[in-house]
Amino acid sequence: MPKNPNVNRVLVIGSGPIVIGQAAEFDYAGTQACRSLKEEGMEVILVNSNPATIMTDGDIADKVYIEPLTTKVLEQIIIKEKPDSLLPNMGGQAGLNLGMELDESGFLAAHGVTLLGTTAKTIRKAEDRLEFKETMEKIGEPCAPSLVVENIEDGVAFAKKIGYPVVLRPAYTLGGSGGGIAHDQMQLEEILANGLRLSRVGQVLVERCIAGWKEIEYEVMRDSAGNCITVCNMENIDPVGVHTGDSIVVAPSQTLGDKEYQMLRSSALNIINELEITGGCNVQFALHPTSFEYCVIEVNPRVSRSSALASKATGYPIAKVAAKIALGYTLDEIKNAITGKTYASFEPTLDYCVVKIPRLPFDKFITAKRTLTTQMKATGEVMSIANNFEGALMKAIRSLEQHVDCLRSYDFSALTAEELLERMEIVDDQRIYIIAEAIRKGINYDTIHRITMVDHWFIDKIAILTEMEERLEKEPLTVELLKEAKRIEFPDNVIARLTGKTEEEIKNMRYENGIVAAFKMVDTCAAEFAASTPYYYSVFGSETEVVESHPKKKVLVLGSGPIRIGQGIEFDYCSVHATWAFAREGYETIIINNNPETVSTDFDIADKLYFEPLTPEDVENIVNVEKPDGAVVQFGGQTAIKLTESLMKMGVPILGTKAEDVDAAEDRELFDQILEETEIPRAAGGTVYTAEEAKAVANRLGYPVLVRPSYVLGGQGMQIAISDQEIEEFMAVINRYEQDHPILVDKYLQGKELEVDAVCDGTDILIPGIMEHIERTGVHSGDSISVYPAPTVSEKVKETIAEYSRRLAKALHVIGLINIQFIAMGDEVYVIEVNPRSSRTVPYISKVTGIPIVDLATEVIIGKKIRDLGYEPGLQPAADYFAVKMPVFSFEKIRGAEISLGPEMKSTGECLGIAKTFNEALYKAFLGAGINLPKHKQMIITVKDADKGEAIEVARRFEKLGYIIYATRSTAAALNDAGVKARKVNKISQESPTVMDLILGHRIDLVIDTPTQGRDKSRDGFLIRRTSIETGVNCITAMDTATALVTSLENAETQEEMTLIDIASIARRGK
Amino acid sequence: MKSFLILEDGTVFTGTHIGVQKEVISEIVFNTSMAGYLEVLTDPSYAGQAVCMTYPLIGNYGICRDDMESKKPWPDGLIVRELSRIPSNFRSEMTIQQFLEDNGVPGIAGIDTRALTRILREKGTMNGMITTNQTYHPDEIIPKLKAYTTGKVVERVTCKEKYKFPLTGAGLKVALLDFGAKDNIARSLAARGCDVTVYPANTTAAEILADAPDGIMLSNGPGDPKECTTIIEEIRKLYESDTPIFAICLGHQLMALATGADTFKMKYGHRGGNHPVKDLSTGRVYISSQNHGYVVNMDKLDPKVAVPAFVNVNDGTNEGLAYTGKNIFTVQFHPEACPGPQDSSYLFDRFIAMMQRT
Repeated sequence: MPKNPNVNRVLVIGSGPIVIGQAAEFDYAGTQACRSLKEEGMEVILVNSNPATIMTDGDIADKVYIEPLTTKVLEQIIIKEKPDSLLPNMGGQAGLNLGMELDESGFLAAHGVTLLGTTAKTIRKAEDRLEFKETMEKIGEPCAPSLVVENIEDGVAFAKKIGYPVVLRPAYTLGGSGGGIAHDQMQLEEILANGLRLSRVGQVLVERCIAGWKEIEYEVMRDSAGNCITVCNMENIDPVGVHTGDSIVVAPSQTLGDKEYQMLRSSALNIINELEITGGCNVQFALHPTSFEYCVIEVNPRVSRSSALASKATGYPIAKVAAKIALGYTLDEIKNAITGKTYASFEPTLDYCVVKIPRLPFDKFITAKRTLTTQMKATGEVMSIANNFEGALMKAIRSLEQHVDCLRSYDFSALTAEELLERMEIVDDQRIYIIAEAIRKGINYDTIHRITMVDHWFIDKIAILTEMEERLEKEPLTVELLKEAKRIEFPDNVIARLTGKTEEEIKNMRYENGIVAAFKMVDTCAAEFAASTPYYYSVFGSETEVVESHPKKKVLVLGSGPIRIGQGIEFDYCSVHATWAFAREGYETIIINNNPETVSTDFDIADKLYFEPLTPEDVENIVNVEKPDGAVVQFGGQTAIKLTESLMKMGVPILGTKAEDVDAAEDRELFDQILEETEIPRAAGGTVYTAEEAKAVANRLGYPVLVRPSYVLGGQGMQIAISDQEIEEFMAVINRYEQDHPILVDKYLQGKELEVDAVCDGTDILIPGIMEHIERTGVHSGDSISVYPAPTVSEKVKETIAEYSRRLAKALHVIGLINIQFIAMGDEVYVIEVNPRSSRTVPYISKVTGIPIVDLATEVIIGKKIRDLGYEPGLQPAADYFAVKMPVFSFEKIRGAEISLGPEMKSTGECLGIAKTFNEALYKAFLGAGINLPKHKQMIITVKDADKGEAIEVARRFEKLGYIIYATRSTAAALNDAGVKARKVNKISQESPTVMDLILGHRIDLVIDTPTQGRDKSRDGFLIRRTSIETGVNCITAMDTATALVTSLENAETQEEMTLIDIASIARRGK
Repeated sequence: MKSFLILEDGTVFTGTHIGVQKEVISEIVFNTSMAGYLEVLTDPSYAGQAVCMTYPLIGNYGICRDDMESKKPWPDGLIVRELSRIPSNFRSEMTIQQFLEDNGVPGIAGIDTRALTRILREKGTMNGMITTNQTYHPDEIIPKLKAYTTGKVVERVTCKEKYKFPLTGAGLKVALLDFGAKDNIARSLAARGCDVTVYPANTTAAEILADAPDGIMLSNGPGDPKECTTIIEEIRKLYESDTPIFAICLGHQLMALATGADTFKMKYGHRGGNHPVKDLSTGRVYISSQNHGYVVNMDKLDPKVAVPAFVNVNDGTNEGLAYTGKNIFTVQFHPEACPGPQDSSYLFDRFIAMMQRT
């Protein structure tokens, strides 16, 4: 069927800020969809509140609105832009829900907008628990016995009927928010109450627990003519019970015979046909481990995290094809871009094995529960490819960058067999390490399987790895043994550790015996057809397929690995833009990355893509084959920076700022020297290794002090300490891992925090703008609300910042990007830290200033001068609008995580508010972050003594807005004394009704709780904050944030229409 | 033990020996199915060939006897990247190693199967030898490899005597001509209530027609269709009877040859479970199971005799014919699946409807 001629102007909805369960995969899908639509001559109008995305770039869509994703905003955009169609299935659940709401309200029909791709009817059939179940019954596809309930009583009654344990799944939530497994009535009541509240439609499915069954997924495509294919199937190593986003997943399925494989495939096709989905769809099955019985778990009628994974695992571009299908094409009309010979109706077949491991944030939230459930907790994931499972698992483990490189990385050897069995009952991210230890201790496969329900086949694969560890330890290292160890991807450093040799010795032995990595192509067709797409993975013991290329210039761009708190999608944005900029300058570009969710790992971004771990050894394998003229590390976050030294040893020149200059910025003594030379003040401090040294420095400086490791991103491990006791506590946390670099202890200065991202060509510096943080110093810059242009500092401060930036960039010989953070106390400016590399704010500041920072940095790295690029050096004139970057958190997903803000970053994503006035921009930013007030106009304030003064002012303003204020004893007294009416509530330990009862009563809009110092989580404050988050109540932990919020709400009262700003037009102006 | 795969073009792959220790010369082909190795091994169409599985991990779910498509494995050899150390499936009765040994099939593991596939793709299907003899002499072997042909392999795989398919239905009478039939053809018909009788490949048309079947099913099978000269003559007679006929794979090629069309050998054939075929009568595309090295030449079709009914979406080759003025339709792919997608099983229903009409 040819393209539908009535579709010319398409509105695409993105997924908004990155949260757990909805991450970079939607930037990948959305970007691919937009490019695919533009290829077809469509005018694309894009809406997404997330400024860190590639999809919100001026060159991806014709019109770009970085606006809050609410129906009101979308309605305004539709009226303004008059699209003829809306593509809702690229923006995850968030996008889909919005599309549905606009359709249900009749707004789309009234404005002549057609929903493209899957219809609203289909979405309802797939997503509404009841309709879905009825549909499945109609076509004879089995679901686990279940009932949709809208109240707790019905849930309890049904659970009694089908028996515990039961699974609870709220309708219309993402990442399974609010779901869980209840083993008894008490747990049921607790989870159900929460789920009912979180569900958009107040429905929760109570279902027979099929935990322990095999979890199998199929990615299916269907066109409007009814042609269907499956792109890929995947098997979760963790059986049903762990959210697939938190499971280790292998593609294709390994333990299914053709009978089972085809049974489920046919079922998936039946389902997609009955639902009449056009586009991509994910179907999840539970398969009984010892029979052909299966149940359909759920269907996602849109692109998803799994579809991104399937795309990367097979090379089949699901989002791109889905976009073409939405325009009316059929699968047999769409060419397979990888082979150029086959069509989109060809099912990919793999001749390798893919393993995905989730990146869980327990290294960040050390107090959180590590347990994995049906509610997703991972912030990101890594994928690896090998021609055997063991190798793929080993590669994935070392891609995680969590201090793990083999199955011994968590040491459970001290546990007895009994203790291990007990520990194995706990389902968490360390389970494979526990299984490995159980195998070492001689526990048999049957026992391990009985407890974990992990298939024997996977247990045996883990055993093959532990056997190799033992052989390496005990046997002499022969060439044959080394070959076998490399075949299953033991890295040299692990072999060295196990054999007692050095890594260098292992490497030499390999090279002498020709044991080197070969590279194979991902081609969708198992080599049946010649493919032109250079998408590679490494294996040992094979011939290499990389076609030698000898371009004029060849550059290696190092990606940023898995998405984690502190190193998010922003670095993928930078890597991709740098790659494009190098390509424009005639370079052959090579990307190395291991994150399947991102745009950078799409097969047509760079000239060559290597899907590999980002460790020195893995990178060296590629360098040996490609022999690049240079590598660029400043765009890939800390992951790439950490590889600098190794790249230099390999003889690869580092393009841009030199490694020794990067060191100078991180090394305390060198940096102090530079500051002295350039006459720039900073907070006094010292470097330490031990708690004793830290206490000595702290007492010399006087408390409070800032404690942090050097060479980290996202303030990992950074804390403000007020006492010797806290120093001890924090130093213990930091020193959990051996530190290669000293720990910094600085005097904590409280002032305004400001930040710049700049481009330096060695002589001149270009500063697009100065950002000011709403929260005072002490809150990590990634968690602060950031405003451009800086609204409250004097011209003198701005000039000083520009001048200091210039001096620092020059002294550090920066070629490319630099990020500098400052504190302003009055007109005094101090430098906090300097990072001669890209930062989290680069995409945001690029978009709002229209200055393409990464492109310019790349040009400068190549050798151009800022003046030649058409820019006047120095601080650029401020824009005539305000842009507010708001952090977004995923605390509700991580049970037990401390939510109060501090020097260590905790946010998972961000959104932008951009408007003519500061107040409107702030209002939009809060709205975009999902803080949509007022609802009940009731709030709770409980603040530490130091904050009472400010609390009074904030409370007064809330009172004026009509809020009823509840406060704990001392806060209430302070407020009432100051003439603000506050109702006193009891503390948790006191008699009911307490502050907790109030929160649980679902009548509270907002809690302002500024934590008292210390990380003791048994304190009331911790409980109040956690309860708020878990019951969906907004909770603010810094007074500055509270002030900003009340300002925004005051503005909302007067705000009618929102001003819409097209980012694409800013970009064009910038050029 | 070391094992070698020596190709006609002189390429040698060194791996480890699997199955029985036996030297074989055979035609080397590759199959891209990710699951279904047992169905592949027991498909008689692989007689005279050694098959390389492109999916690297084979044997994961062991041997589930119910999944066998005939009584024994047929390929001369099995070529894999890695055989699973343990099988894991609730139905598994033995390891694939044991199965190969019990049935006298040799093989080689641990070779770069992707490199082999690329050679076959670029140079076309070729012959090869699997041997454990370390002192092989290419100069002596290669002429032997070049001389090898699969020959009249249908005779080897067909049943010796006519028999009634077990568990068959009591409905329409179907005569299934066995050129190396996969069991799921008969099973698919029986499941739809047909009364299926299986005939040896050399049965005369007169003999079959004397049993007055409601329809005739021509099965899949191995080798070059043009070798089956006497069978083609008998099929011509079946064509001329008015009995409805449905043919799969080799049966499809033989019917084409019997009615004046031509076949040719493809460079490396279609073997796998992911090929899209388009039903030209509806425009719908189905993913099909395929296993063929020869194909009907569409350029030489006489539309008065037959017109294309299915076409391969990727390379445009013929995938099925509808015979003009006849109750005959034939397909190149495998609606009986096993291994592979079941998308085109509706063709059995179409055959039944055709029989019911006449």
